[in-house]
Amino acid sequence: MSETNYMLETRDLEKTFKTGTVVTPVLKGIDFHVANGEWVSIMGRSGAGKSTLLYQMSLLDEPTSGEIYIDGREAHTLTEREKMRMRLYEFGFVFQEYALMPELTALENVVLPLLMKRFSYDAARERAKSALGRVGLSARLGNLPSALSGGEQQRVSIARAIAERPEILFADEPTANLDHESSDVIMGIFRELHSDGQTIVMVTHEEEYGAMTERIVRIDDGRVLSGEPASDKRP
Amino acid sequence: MMSPLDIRVGWYLAQRQIRRSSIWTTGLIVFVMLLTFLNLVVVTGMLVGIVDGISKLYREQQTGDVIVSTPKTQNYIENSQNIIAFIRGLPQVDRISARYASGATIEANYKTRTDQNEKANSTGANVFGVDPVAENEFSNLASFVGEGQYLEPSDYDEILIGSQLIDRYSFGGDVPGLTPLRDVYPGSKVRITIGGVTREVTIKGIIVTTANSPLATGVYMPEKEVRELMGRNDYNVNQIAIRLKEGYDPIAFRDLLTNSGVGRVATVQTFSEAIPNGVEEVRSTFAQIGNAISSVGLVVASITIFIVIFINAVTRRKFIGILKGIGISGEAIEISYMFQSLFYAMIGVTVGLLVLYGFLVPYVSAHPIVLPISNAIIVAPLPGTMLRVALLALATVIAGYIPARMIVRKNTLDSILGRN
Repeated sequence: MSETNYMLETRDLEKTFKTGTVVTPVLKGIDFHVANGEWVSIMGRSGAGKSTLLYQMSLLDEPTSGEIYIDGREAHTLTEREKMRMRLYEFGFVFQEYALMPELTALENVVLPLLMKRFSYDAARERAKSALGRVGLSARLGNLPSALSGGEQQRVSIARAIAERPEILFADEPTANLDHESSDVIMGIFRELHSDGQTIVMVTHEEEYGAMTERIVRIDDGRVLSGEPASDKRP
Repeated sequence: MMSPLDIRVGWYLAQRQIRRSSIWTTGLIVFVMLLTFLNLVVVTGMLVGIVDGISKLYREQQTGDVIVSTPKTQNYIENSQNIIAFIRGLPQVDRISARYASGATIEANYKTRTDQNEKANSTGANVFGVDPVAENEFSNLASFVGEGQYLEPSDYDEILIGSQLIDRYSFGGDVPGLTPLRDVYPGSKVRITIGGVTREVTIKGIIVTTANSPLATGVYMPEKEVRELMGRNDYNVNQIAIRLKEGYDPIAFRDLLTNSGVGRVATVQTFSEAIPNGVEEVRSTFAQIGNAISSVGLVVASITIFIVIFINAVTRRKFIGILKGIGISGEAIEISYMFQSLFYAMIGVTVGLLVLYGFLVPYVSAHPIVLPISNAIIVAPLPGTMLRVALLALATVIAGYIPARMIVRKNTLDSILGRN
């Protein structure tokens, strides 16, 4: 256990990509933290390393060096299986391209990780229905992703992530593929989740949505530029 | 390690992937598995069936279910008539044919041969003295007369001759001194020699059948005349072929005859024991060849499944990455592909079993495939078929697992982002 009091913290995090002899440092010593219940947005220009940072923090990727702490526990030393369990039990993910299984209905997409968490099938279904209801999709339970709009698919993705309340909800450009109206709906859901105490780490390049979060962390060229409170806080 | 939880989640995924996959793709894969299964079972079954066809011919045309024959130390079955009467009185017996049998030489060109140095056109044959009516009831011999006519009980100096003894039918080639008879037709005269006694006879009919039929190398004459040629005045025969009524076991009947004392004066055998030497070896050889061909089929099926699952897994690599990303175990994903492979194999096998036992085996049994050496049937005993089903299932599960494993092992984020 570390002495950290944060829900998520990175220390001197570095990530370097190697292609043949070409070495590309993307993260150059990132110190970052998110408090319990905080909603943080990571912003920066394209190629700044914001998504790479999110992938390291959410244990989808292996940093080149540095430390990651989740709720005070060392996460950078975990085995792949332990990371998988942490992603299953403690994290929720919302990806830019929805990342739903095309052959599963909305309900089944949400049920699947709950089954992996040892829920009974009936209990998983009930919980999934409840989560989908929370994002306004009670009427679309039996629809395949191909029969849903982009905004609806993203809402299914959110329902899957929050069906059993995660410690941290990671969202990678959740509105990038959506029109303005759908984006507003998605951000409204995030705001609601946050008001219930959900910790959210969100990558976005849209100032409007970054401004809705509690704190914006701006990075550029693999380094944190600033971590200012968001200027436009809309309850 | 795969846990029950992995199996549960894998099953959940597999069910839905199968249910919502393209019906054409599924149909094509199942069709390939069906053909593979039939290849596994039918090729071996037919090769063995060729030999079994020969056995079947011997059973139907010569030995019956049980045959009582002359022991090696004797020239005939002693007390034959009493034995025949005893056998006829048994309730298991449907019909019998008692035969006089002897080796003989048949010569064709003795009339046209003018030069003493000219080679005789003669061949060896088995001569059977039969009751034409009883023999026809027993072996349906009259139906095989392709040229000429069948024997009447009152015929004298007339014979039926098997097609393999005649040049234009035989494919056996020349054996020095014993060549198939040339220019022989119904009505032709030939000379037959049994034990030094020679008689000129007329060919009344030619038995046209497959080369390995016991009828193909036989010569049939009314029993009275053969008795005379053999000098057999005591009515002791050489063979008593017995056909049992439906449902009676040949082995049990053989034992009954043996224990009743018939075994002391004659050799009592079931049809399978009476098959000529070598047939069982040929059967075993054909079975091995069939297994070798089937093994190739199994490898092809495995590769087919491997390719199907590999392409499926590669095109779904991103989704596999996402599943791993949200915490679904790699084992559960692998199991889902193994279930899918097993599903394709089992559906193919189920359809294959229906085709095999519902159509192919009964149809080919009723209408054997006529080949030059035998009337082939499909031999597909259930235990052997089940073994092949198990092999196919195992091969497809492994073939489904390996490509899934290859993709699942790739870096999760690389899979999600489509990076190599």
